[in-house]
Amino acid sequence: MIWNPNKECMSRDEMSALQGKRLHKIVDYVYHNVPFYRHKLQELDITPDDIQCIEDIHKLPFTTKKDLRDNYPFGLQAAPQSQIIRIHASSGTTGNPTIVGYTRKDIDIWSECMARCLTAYGVTREDIFSVSYGYGLFTGGLGAHNGVEKIGASVVPASTGNTEKHAKLIRDLGITGIACTPSYALYLAETMDKLGITKEQIKLRVGAFGAEPWTENMRQEIQQRLGLKGFNLYGLSEIMGPSVSYECQQQHGSHICEDHFYPEVINPVTLEPLPYGQTGELVFTTLTKEGMPVLRYRTRDLCSLMDGQCECGRTAVRMSRIEGRSDDMLIIRGINVFPSQVESVVLSMPEFAPRYMLIVDRGSNNLDTLQVQVELRQEYFTATFDTPAAIDELERKLANKLKSVLSIAAKVQLKAPNTIERSQGKSAHVIDKRKL
Amino acid sequence: MTIHQLSIFLENTTGTLIQVLRHLKEAKVQLVSTTIADTAEYGILRIICSEPLRACEELKKAGVAVALSDVFALQIDNNPGAAADVVELFSRAGIGLTYIYTFLLRNKGILVFRTDKPELTAKTIEDNHLPTISEEELTV
Repeated sequence: MIWNPNKECMSRDEMSALQGKRLHKIVDYVYHNVPFYRHKLQELDITPDDIQCIEDIHKLPFTTKKDLRDNYPFGLQAAPQSQIIRIHASSGTTGNPTIVGYTRKDIDIWSECMARCLTAYGVTREDIFSVSYGYGLFTGGLGAHNGVEKIGASVVPASTGNTEKHAKLIRDLGITGIACTPSYALYLAETMDKLGITKEQIKLRVGAFGAEPWTENMRQEIQQRLGLKGFNLYGLSEIMGPSVSYECQQQHGSHICEDHFYPEVINPVTLEPLPYGQTGELVFTTLTKEGMPVLRYRTRDLCSLMDGQCECGRTAVRMSRIEGRSDDMLIIRGINVFPSQVESVVLSMPEFAPRYMLIVDRGSNNLDTLQVQVELRQEYFTATFDTPAAIDELERKLANKLKSVLSIAAKVQLKAPNTIERSQGKSAHVIDKRKL
Repeated sequence: MTIHQLSIFLENTTGTLIQVLRHLKEAKVQLVSTTIADTAEYGILRIICSEPLRACEELKKAGVAVALSDVFALQIDNNPGAAADVVELFSRAGIGLTYIYTFLLRNKGILVFRTDKPELTAKTIEDNHLPTISEEELTV
């Protein structure tokens, strides 16, 4: 099902024309309302009249997380405070949080986009839908909530916490859909096991999962344990919140709400735009936002874009799963290292579980050190490995592979099964102990 | 001629050993001998115990990296030089010891070891009529 075929299935020519028109308008709007952008455009000797079609976007400057922090709290807000009806704050782990103000129109567009997501997942007004993202400053809870109300399903604002009560409600109310983080879905499954609630006793059929990176394996596990079909839901508060892109029933990439959020993928080092299919940093320009519009915001998420009409009928550009974070990029002894490179090596060796941790430190000789912790898979620990010599040999095998991929030496430390924490946050794979 | 030994991968940090021992206690497994080959970061804990097959299953269920290995076990006299005389035989046969440990059981010395040439080791034990000890005898 498609919520808004007029927009979601627009011809590519019509979409480009609409995007170009909206881009000119938004550039004109920030030029006159946000001194930060006016100065940036003036420095580049650009006026809003230089931006006439969507291809002109390459002339525009980028916006970074640092820009948002430096302009804390309201420096990038374009609308007058009287027009702002809601303020969210992102979970900044370092420095100032990012403050995002929304006008009434922003909230309406957000609900519209969220309605597109839910409809693509197969949610209708007949569903009872539980929103188990945190309600509060985080955009997840209220963002998903508005979308469920928009399509007319019954929303259960469960939020997070009190998981036992939630599990009982899922059974007793016959809740059919849920939006939460994938790790919360697994926690919910564990809680149900503990309470003796079986898959047969519940009616969950749709899950909208996002707000943290997750893998295809996690999807399989969640689907198997909760008996639902799990869909990716992508978003970030700097752009809007959940609803920026969503999977359809085909589950071949996530459709971007392109009439509102224009996507690009760039090389994070040279900042050059990359063609479809190539992996790089995802960049968004908000085309219709009033409260806090952003031009070419660097998400730091690494993925690739796909064009071409989807079998579902939608024409919007799709994005791949998030493959990593460009701000995870470490510079170790002058070499760029991405945790995703380590991941690919670890995943290629069946002896290790698909979990790892990078520990970067600076030795007393002022040289950077990289340690890679990996988990031994229980079933691969056999009698062959009952001497330190054999374990050391296994560590050496991994170290050699890492060296050939990373171009720097890494010290491998083998950990016992299930001792490395499951990744929760965005850069949970790295501990950088260097005091720079 | 060989007996079962549990080999367990442990990180060299506080609290990892006791976790394993707790599981064995709950499973009512009797320890006969333990030894650890340790490095700065991890250790291989080697255990001779009652019902090693069941003990191994219990530990696996608990998520422990454990493997069953076959090791040789010989009885030796509780005298100076007894171990040297036995190891001398293997050395002459060109057999390398991977690891070895000893313990006392009912005033008898028990020699537990793994070698790089298991078949030749078995033959050397037979040819020299070295007294082996079975799993059952160890845990009586």
